[in-house]
Amino acid sequence: MPRLEARPAPSPLMGYLAPVLALGLTVVFGTLLFLALGKSPVAGLRVFFVTPLETLRGWSEVGLKMVPLLLCALGLAICYRSNVWNIGAEGQFVVGGIAAGGVALLAGADAPRAYFVIVLAGGIVGGLAWAGVTAFLRDRFNANEILVSLMLTYVGGLLLIYLVNGPWKDPKGFNFPYSKTFDAAAMVPRLFPGTRLTWGIVLAVVVLAAVWLFLARSKAGFRLAVAGHAPLAARFAGFSAREGIWLSLLLCGALAGLAGALEVAGPLGQLTPQISPGYGFAAIIVAWLGRLHPGGCVFAAFVMALIYIGGELSQSRLGLPAAITGVFQGMLLLALLTADTFIHYRVRWR
Amino acid sequence: MEQLAALIAATLSAGTPLLLAGIGLLVNERSGVLNLGAEGMMLIAAAAGFAVGFHTGNPVAGLAAGALAGVLFSLIFSALAIGLATNQYATGLALTLFGAGLSAFAGLAYVGKSVPFKSTFEVPGLSALPFLGTAFFKLHPMVYLALALTGLVAWVLARTRAGLVIRAVGESPESAHAIGYPVRLIRVGAVAFGGACCGLAGAYLSLVYTPLWVEGMVAGRGWIALALTTFATWRPWRIALGAYLFGSVTMIQFALQAEGVEIASQLLSMLPYIATIVVLALISRNPAFIRLNMPASLGKPFHP
Repeated sequence: MPRLEARPAPSPLMGYLAPVLALGLTVVFGTLLFLALGKSPVAGLRVFFVTPLETLRGWSEVGLKMVPLLLCALGLAICYRSNVWNIGAEGQFVVGGIAAGGVALLAGADAPRAYFVIVLAGGIVGGLAWAGVTAFLRDRFNANEILVSLMLTYVGGLLLIYLVNGPWKDPKGFNFPYSKTFDAAAMVPRLFPGTRLTWGIVLAVVVLAAVWLFLARSKAGFRLAVAGHAPLAARFAGFSAREGIWLSLLLCGALAGLAGALEVAGPLGQLTPQISPGYGFAAIIVAWLGRLHPGGCVFAAFVMALIYIGGELSQSRLGLPAAITGVFQGMLLLALLTADTFIHYRVRWR
Repeated sequence: MEQLAALIAATLSAGTPLLLAGIGLLVNERSGVLNLGAEGMMLIAAAAGFAVGFHTGNPVAGLAAGALAGVLFSLIFSALAIGLATNQYATGLALTLFGAGLSAFAGLAYVGKSVPFKSTFEVPGLSALPFLGTAFFKLHPMVYLALALTGLVAWVLARTRAGLVIRAVGESPESAHAIGYPVRLIRVGAVAFGGACCGLAGAYLSLVYTPLWVEGMVAGRGWIALALTTFATWRPWRIALGAYLFGSVTMIQFALQAEGVEIASQLLSMLPYIATIVVLALISRNPAFIRLNMPASLGKPFHP
């Protein structure tokens, strides 16, 4: 029987190797999956990891998907670092998108070009408010943030479906459940003509740097880290646990809301019943795969974007449903958790 | 009157998947393991149960397949969270994400198909009673089975040696280990029981309650069942109370729609989720009360 033996100190080497090992495991399982489905694993893995990167357009699509994933994952990384188990980034993203969409729909024909800034602000406020509910209930009523944030995700999703089927439905939309398309002034400007990339990606890089500074250099970031690693030490040092709950959840809500706003005022251009293909949930995996570190999250968001695009491509190239993305996402997180064991434990055979 | 009876019957049917999953998760948590993978296990079991029911034409085979799928899925959790001592929150979450992805993928072939199973059975003699017959004796056997299971779990946990051992493992795994109980094996068993119950609940949804396979059809019931264990302060009969309470919340939305109340269906569908939040907030208000009732080692990994 193999036995787990605790290491005297966590292995820093394994900390970096574990995500690589997890990717390797996912590729192995993916190969088995393709074989089981009667597809060539070489062709299958190619669709996921090579084809999206063969063209400039492919790269821009990867960038487009990385923005929401990265923003949500940065917020979640802050939460998980401070031991706040927010899993409702999906809901915060959706409500951010709703709020941004609402602001965008208000734009008149004579709105100035900078109107999109208000749209983005609306998204931030929306996400902030939604995460604020979780923070309030956790702080004031001790309600479990996992369950509350997840329940709010369902509520947010239903709210969106209600709005696009009801009050916000485009009257000239042939009865489709879509809102009016936004006016040009409400849209985030494109970065290059010919691609769908917007200035959102630049904004994401700025946010990345800010979060990095916040976590590594600010006092508040330090307090969050202590509260996460050693709650008792944080208490003795007089760091407020309430501050950790509010700060991490509100930051995450703001970032997820911004991501939602960038999505609806970017590639989507209107509200639809489903504005997120599960970005908020995938971002949980991104945060873990990225070691809850801003830099790591970039790498992880890149991998996750490939998996998303690979799933879309596998429909046309392999005749496999796009739902295969979800299978890969789940496998990746399970593989990562397995690999993570070796950070804290050594395996002894005897 | 007849309408009220039908409403009671519908409430019992709607509460049954929550009760099944909740009672399984209760045993799970009493042994000290928090499995956030409930939603994923229910989804994969709903898909597997529907597939087997569809091909065999036998609802019992479908339900059994669902339970089996739940057990197999719970073993993934056990291997990681108990075997490798990974973080239970993250592992459960991974199981839910994986279950959602895999069920959506594997279930595609069954979208739009239906199964011809009866959803109600009449208890001979009793079903003819006025009011009571419609309310309580024209239901699916799973409704009664879920209640019987609740009674069984309540009895085992409170009155038998096996129950005492499970509780000991949940309260103080170190002590249980020192006395010589195989803590991790007992936890694997408890988690497998949770998986079987969640599996039954999922298969009940796709074979009896809906009865269809739709992607994501469990719609958060796994999470609500997890909330139920807190609501019930880890006591079996209170799970039943909570499950039927949430069943009635689901029913309010249909009753209101039947009455022709002008509220959009999406807003009414929010009710169970909002109710969960409200109930959680009310019950958790006093941290000391929760800590007193919660299995002491809940969520903490144990490795000897």
